[in-house]
Amino acid sequence: MNAPAPKVFHQVTIVETGEVYRCREDETLLAGMERLGKRGIPVGCRGGGCGVCKVQVEAGEYSKRVMSRAYVSAEEEAAGIVLACRVKPLSDLRLAVLGKMKKNVCATPSAAAADARQS
Amino acid sequence: MATTGVMRPGHIQLRVLDLDESVAFYKDVLGLVETGRDAAGRVYFKAWDERDHNSVILRQADRAGVDLIGFKVKDKATLEQLDKDLQAYGVATERIPAGELLETGERVRFTIPTGHVMELYAEKTDVGNGQPYTNPDPWIAASEHGIAPHRFDHCLLYGPNLEENLKLFTEVLGFHLVERVLLEDGKSLLATFISCSHKAHDLAFVAHPEPGKLHHLSFLLDSWEKVLRAADIMSMNRVSIDIGPTRHGITRGSTIYAFDPSGNRFETFCGGYETYPDHAPITWTFDEVGAGIFYHDRKLNERFLTVVT
Repeated sequence: MNAPAPKVFHQVTIVETGEVYRCREDETLLAGMERLGKRGIPVGCRGGGCGVCKVQVEAGEYSKRVMSRAYVSAEEEAAGIVLACRVKPLSDLRLAVLGKMKKNVCATPSAAAADARQS
Repeated sequence: MATTGVMRPGHIQLRVLDLDESVAFYKDVLGLVETGRDAAGRVYFKAWDERDHNSVILRQADRAGVDLIGFKVKDKATLEQLDKDLQAYGVATERIPAGELLETGERVRFTIPTGHVMELYAEKTDVGNGQPYTNPDPWIAASEHGIAPHRFDHCLLYGPNLEENLKLFTEVLGFHLVERVLLEDGKSLLATFISCSHKAHDLAFVAHPEPGKLHHLSFLLDSWEKVLRAADIMSMNRVSIDIGPTRHGITRGSTIYAFDPSGNRFETFCGGYETYPDHAPITWTFDEVGAGIFYHDRKLNERFLTVVT
């Protein structure tokens, strides 16, 4: 039996916290962070649908998959603003966290309900 | 209780980001049965034990979430009457012709105060559950493929105007309030759980500023052991699990939550209790809502409460 191909790792730096972790080239930035029990990027659906893990890639190469236009516009995507659950590193990479669980996730239930009552 | 009027949630149309990936997930991991594809590219599924042609419909789109939810009503006369009742109540309705969804009759479509598109329909082709209606066996091969729930059971929707919404469902559509969660003021609604049948909920709502959001759609399993099996199947397939297996205080269901490949949350659950329209609603106060949502954790879970599509 052949040995499995060696895994390729890249170093990911979260600018705000200085957190650094090794992420495999075949896993997403979010999955790599979660697998090591690291924190920094908010974790939502992990499927490109909810927008919670929105980040700005400041340096580095990556591959990406389709993500919800409700949370990332085509212009943003072209400018390196992406969802960390849909992006895999192709080199060492630096990112800034934009999501901060802002859109839906900052609101406590009561604050959300208060907003709902006002609208 | 005789089930009349609005009988049950019958179909839900979901938006997915990658159709092929999603079809593989709903078919082989969740274990629904694919029943058709239409000219618009939508893919139709049903749970193995459901008799009508479809219950979950996938549409490829550039964002995740829910397009519409359809409720089956008892017959065509009921459909006509409910359309009149909705209009008399001040709700604008629209007719969607028979066949626009495969094997489905004419639908009455309207938007509810939370911003979600709802439909009523009376007819969907009975394709059976793989068993004859004479001398059937209790289960079939399809009931062992993937998680393989019995049915699409209910959904939880996020949006504004919960009071107004509850009035519409109870006063016009014949639902009754089963459980509710109150905000700190002890009066305003944070959440409602409503039923048009014996079920502890056919539909639930949570107050949220953005209209038309999906928290989860839910599928019924028949035992706690099947919930654990579902959790194993999720992990084997690297499905994004949200929380569980655990138990709800509200409705008492035993459950696990996860996300489909586009981030739409779904639940596979068992249990809960039966309800009747004369039962007094159960109320949860804001300070105990953590235990209401997850009975063992007894605390609020930010991701569960706030991540929606």
